[in-house]
Amino acid sequence: MSTSATLSHTALPNNKPLITVRGLSFHRSERIIFQDVDLDIPRGRITAIMGPSGAGKTTLLRLISGQIRPDAGRIEVDGVCIHQLGRRELYQLRKRMGMLFQSGALFTDLSVFDNVAFPLREHTRLPAHLIRTLVLMKLESVGLRGARELMPAELSGGMARRVALARAIALDPMMILYDEPFAGQDPISMGVLIKLIRTLNNALGLTSIIVSHDVKETAAIADYLYLMSDGRVVEHGTPATLGHSASPWVTQFMHALPDGPVSFHYPAPPYSADLLLAGAPA
Amino acid sequence: MIAVLTKIGQSVLDPLARMGRANLFFLRLLGALSFLLQRPGLLVKQLHAVGVLSLPIILVSGLFVGMVLGLQGYANLVDFGATSSLGTVVALSLVRELGPVLTALLYAGRAGSALTAGIGLMKATEQLASMQMMAVDPFQRVLAPRFLAGFIAVPLLTGIFTAVGILGGYLVAVVQLGVDGGAFWAQMQAKVHFFTDVVNGVVLKSLVFGVVANWIALFEGYEAQPTSEGISLATTRTVVSTSLAVLGLDFLLTALMFGVW
Amino acid sequence: MAKKNLELAVGLFVVLGLAALFLLALKVSDIASLGEDKGYRVSARFENIGGLKVRAPVTLGGVRIGRVVGIDLDPQRYEAVVTLSIDPRYDHLPEDSSASILTSGLLGEQYVGLEPGGMDSALKNGSTLKLTQSALVLEKLIGRMVTNAASGDPPPAKTP
Repeated sequence: MSTSATLSHTALPNNKPLITVRGLSFHRSERIIFQDVDLDIPRGRITAIMGPSGAGKTTLLRLISGQIRPDAGRIEVDGVCIHQLGRRELYQLRKRMGMLFQSGALFTDLSVFDNVAFPLREHTRLPAHLIRTLVLMKLESVGLRGARELMPAELSGGMARRVALARAIALDPMMILYDEPFAGQDPISMGVLIKLIRTLNNALGLTSIIVSHDVKETAAIADYLYLMSDGRVVEHGTPATLGHSASPWVTQFMHALPDGPVSFHYPAPPYSADLLLAGAPA
Repeated sequence: MIAVLTKIGQSVLDPLARMGRANLFFLRLLGALSFLLQRPGLLVKQLHAVGVLSLPIILVSGLFVGMVLGLQGYANLVDFGATSSLGTVVALSLVRELGPVLTALLYAGRAGSALTAGIGLMKATEQLASMQMMAVDPFQRVLAPRFLAGFIAVPLLTGIFTAVGILGGYLVAVVQLGVDGGAFWAQMQAKVHFFTDVVNGVVLKSLVFGVVANWIALFEGYEAQPTSEGISLATTRTVVSTSLAVLGLDFLLTALMFGVW
Repeated sequence: MAKKNLELAVGLFVVLGLAALFLLALKVSDIASLGEDKGYRVSARFENIGGLKVRAPVTLGGVRIGRVVGIDLDPQRYEAVVTLSIDPRYDHLPEDSSASILTSGLLGEQYVGLEPGGMDSALKNGSTLKLTQSALVLEKLIGRMVTNAASGDPPPAKTP
């Protein structure tokens, strides 16, 4: 793989990647999720990891954030091997990570305001008025300052995700992990989220990792793409280079073609034989 | 053949592993309790959820159980001319057995199932995972306050259930059926002993049941499959296992406390 | 505001629960009589105590003046030694008072009844009651009646 060679063009010089994954293998019961995966996530950029459903994209985020441990390989976040940390150190590191869950994962028994204030109240001893100021700033940045009194049940899916985003940046983390941020969104909230991810990344100097299968939206904001399938990195590069890839699989995925190397049909015996067999007496 | 053996082995090993997980879970729960010293406010909210909200069912059930005891006791004792012992009969059955056991069973149905569903839902909606991602330990922030609140609430509810039950027995016996009120209380006080009956029955039994009921409820919620079926299954399991555990333990405790060896 | 109400409800709940436990202790159980263990100890020897239990009442003239705190067996004389705790308010009981084991009603529990004697010196801590009457054992009573009836003698007025 030419990972590091490619990256030297995209990443800033004399700046090591924030996250390096080397030789990662992971399996769940009998199924192999990852096999010998290498990844580099540069600082200050938006890196997207894309692939068809079931390619283990969410699992990758859980591995990077230390929620689960790999079978083999090494995951380094900011120079620390995350799966060798004790719980205390891991929690210290996680204070510098934000994660946007697919469902938003807002605390259903707390209001929008209290949800955003949650990490501040847990990890700081700030006085109430300062917390209020900070929460309102975070809510303003996602455009939901007016919704602070609402309960999560009263929010639309897109709004819930924006509140969750405000909560994820409450402690001013160095990076944010986005799990399928665009899944199930209407075009307007999709547009809002795309804009938010981009502006937050630039304004706060964050490192963003997006896991998604929404090609068009992801390609629109990502600086760098990894395409994954069957537990391996199939291709990586900037959105422009991947759009003109010679690989038929990449072309099919990037342009959402119904048929290609990934067949439309699930493997089956020949159609005609199957039909005739069904008609025959058993 | 091998497959059958594997299956048999599996059906032995799975419950064993589950038991192990339940014990580890309990240890982590105990370890997380000290966190509440820093955040006692968390306890208040949970005490409301498991204690205050369980009050109506406890009050109504206690009253009815006591009234039934009064009626049945009267119907049987009147043949021996021993209705003055009615206070003893009502109080002893409530203090030693019915109070702690029925409270624990009602608690499992009202509060235990709600605890399981709540934790299961938090798991299914990734609230627990997101809490961990915010470097907050769910054992400290979510499970420990619920456990301690339940542990405090069960003995209090048991006391209320028992007291209301005796009151119900009094209403039926003295007010309704005309048993002498003085004899009702005097006989009760003469035969109900503070340490052997009240402390053993109401206090010790309810403390044990409180630990078990809340432990099971939280563990089932934490172990629930994060789907709708998983949560409903876990809720059912909470009520069933708590009931069995409470009844089994009650026999054991009764044998230890009141046993005539 | 909502938070205040919540705290109030929880406070009420805890107070109610504790009140119920106190009620059980004070009104339902015998805790009120547990404090009286400052009483002085008197022992009495019986041939047979029947179904007497620890904690059974000790009465004089029908008034409860103490309770049984211990029942032991004298291994040499094969007699039951019953320790009574008598309320210190009653410190002028004659030393030659007698103790009997009586039954309240036909199926009631057994208790110790004291019968005052005539001596001036009073019972004190560690005294022993000399005159005792054992419990009435129904089977023995019936057995004696049967043998007496068979021999044609009238049954004795009083069991020894």
